[in-house]
Amino acid sequence: MSLPTEIKIEKPSKERTGTPLLEINNLKQYYPIKKGIFSKTVGHVKAVDGLSLQIYPGETLGLVGESGCGKSTTGRAIVQLEKPSEGEIIFDGKNISNFTNREMRSIRTELQIIFQDPYSSLNPRKRIGDLLSEPLLFHKLATPSEAKKKVEDMLEIVGLPKSYRNRYPHEFSGGQRQRIGIARALILNPKLIVCDEPVSALDVSIQAQVLNLLKDLQNEFNLTYLFIGHGLGAVKYISDRIAVMYLGNIVEIAKTEEMFKNPKHPYTLALLNAYPVPNPHLRGRQRIVLEGDVPSPANPPKGCKFHTRCPIAQSKCREEVPVLTGVHHSVACHFPIN
Amino acid sequence: MAAPELEFENNTPVSITQPLSNSQEGLGKEESYLKVVANRFFKHKLAVIGLVIITLFVLMAIFAPVIAPQDPLEVGYEFEAKPSSEHLLGTDQVGRDVLSRLIYASRISLSVGLGAVSIYVVIGTILGAIAGYMGKWADMLIMRITDVFMSFPFLMVILVLVSVMGPSLFNIILVLGILGWPPIARLVRGSVLSLKEMDYVKAGVALGYTAPKILLHHILPNALAPILVNATFGIASAIIMEASLSFLGMGVQPPTASWGNMLTEAQSLTVLAEQPWLWIPPGLMIILAVISINFMGDGLRDAVDPKSFK
Repeated sequence: MSLPTEIKIEKPSKERTGTPLLEINNLKQYYPIKKGIFSKTVGHVKAVDGLSLQIYPGETLGLVGESGCGKSTTGRAIVQLEKPSEGEIIFDGKNISNFTNREMRSIRTELQIIFQDPYSSLNPRKRIGDLLSEPLLFHKLATPSEAKKKVEDMLEIVGLPKSYRNRYPHEFSGGQRQRIGIARALILNPKLIVCDEPVSALDVSIQAQVLNLLKDLQNEFNLTYLFIGHGLGAVKYISDRIAVMYLGNIVEIAKTEEMFKNPKHPYTLALLNAYPVPNPHLRGRQRIVLEGDVPSPANPPKGCKFHTRCPIAQSKCREEVPVLTGVHHSVACHFPIN
Repeated sequence: MAAPELEFENNTPVSITQPLSNSQEGLGKEESYLKVVANRFFKHKLAVIGLVIITLFVLMAIFAPVIAPQDPLEVGYEFEAKPSSEHLLGTDQVGRDVLSRLIYASRISLSVGLGAVSIYVVIGTILGAIAGYMGKWADMLIMRITDVFMSFPFLMVILVLVSVMGPSLFNIILVLGILGWPPIARLVRGSVLSLKEMDYVKAGVALGYTAPKILLHHILPNALAPILVNATFGIASAIIMEASLSFLGMGVQPPTASWGNMLTEAQSLTVLAEQPWLWIPPGLMIILAVISINFMGDGLRDAVDPKSFK
């Protein structure tokens, strides 16, 4: 089954042009490790360690990596669910990383998040209609009757009958709940939506429905996505560009096609290799199988963080930290493939 | 070297305007939340029985002067008389009508139970919610104060406070209310701590809601069940606590009757063995009140939980 390409043809303007909608500079998110009866800080878990990236209006940036590499932490830092330890987050020209809660409130309508687990992301005591109209009423963007109308419209947009607004979250399936989560993120008409593994809790056929919904919504409302995921299939399907993360840093960013055709970082290649290949004729090429575990983010390796598991590591990798270089296809590796 | 071709299978296009399922569309009825909760509550038989009994008790308390056959304070001619047509439940050691005293006592016992618990549930919920949600120094401060309160010998402090303030009904309610909050505060803090990590609370933050809004609309409604259950048990223990205070002479002062002091007045072997009309009725009233309130709490907890309803 081939991928539908109409959407890509329709939108040739999805090039990296103009000013980025979101720019992250040197983001660090450290969590203290406390020990002993006096809670002395004995170290830090470096969940995100000096990450920089740009997201351009209208594009979908996929963010992939193993569990615990800091993908979700990055997403949460962007919507300011956690204050970053260090670094700048510039959204729409404003540095929101040092905004107070009050200042942040006006930005929140433009910056939303869709959560991974559709079962814990909806308040079990609220009807769907109340869940969705609450943001509008709270920000005084609509009167109660306007809000009701808008909620009904929004339910139809995400593919649910409008009569569902009188139901409680437990009456829905996972896929339906995720649609409600998407509706909640959309209702304030945001510019950027952080999708924090929105489909990894759903089964595959529902994943496809939700991904298609996200794509359609992007076209309709001119949305920008940061799509966090670990299922490469889903990320490939939806992303215009993909960023690969390892232990709190980005190791490679490129356009989706380019990334899959021509991965430069050995870790990216290993990730691609780890994904099962449906077509048997395409199997059996050179593979990298990673051994060992991800090193602890509390005590990451010196030099290139990947050198402990890299099959082509050399002595330079153990000492020098590689920087992300390259314009259209950036990679942080001393000895990139090809 | 090229990476293997990846395909995302099952990419069946789904029209965004086509609803997933229309099957149960008729179920979305317009009903107010209170009505739904009431309907669910009335399906819980024990809760309804509890509600009926408590309603009767409350009516009895309100209309005590009308219902009571005699003045509860009036000393009659017969001491410790057996139940008769004149005194349906007999008379006590000084010749007062037990039935009338029982009816008037419901005023005292119910107001101690409900009053003290409402005070401490409010204090405990507010402090626990602040501690759990704000964390850091606020949590530290509030929890240490809670620890201090919990490490007091409860009864001694109550005795001292009541004797300083004077043993009146109002003071007893106040003292029990002010000293009863630490368990609720801990309970609420625990619930809030776990609930604030839920994604729907994070979504509330991302939607820009203020902390009071998140606490009141998204966290506390979900922490309601344990609070309700604890409160119903609290009413029971406040009624019993008032009885203990009465026994020690620091409760509601004689000649005013409460179920507790009626029970404690009957604490002698002869009374227990030979004059059951002195202790069975007040004991029964306490048990009935406590059980009814517990059943109501049970029913209410299920009624406000949308998941329990089919």
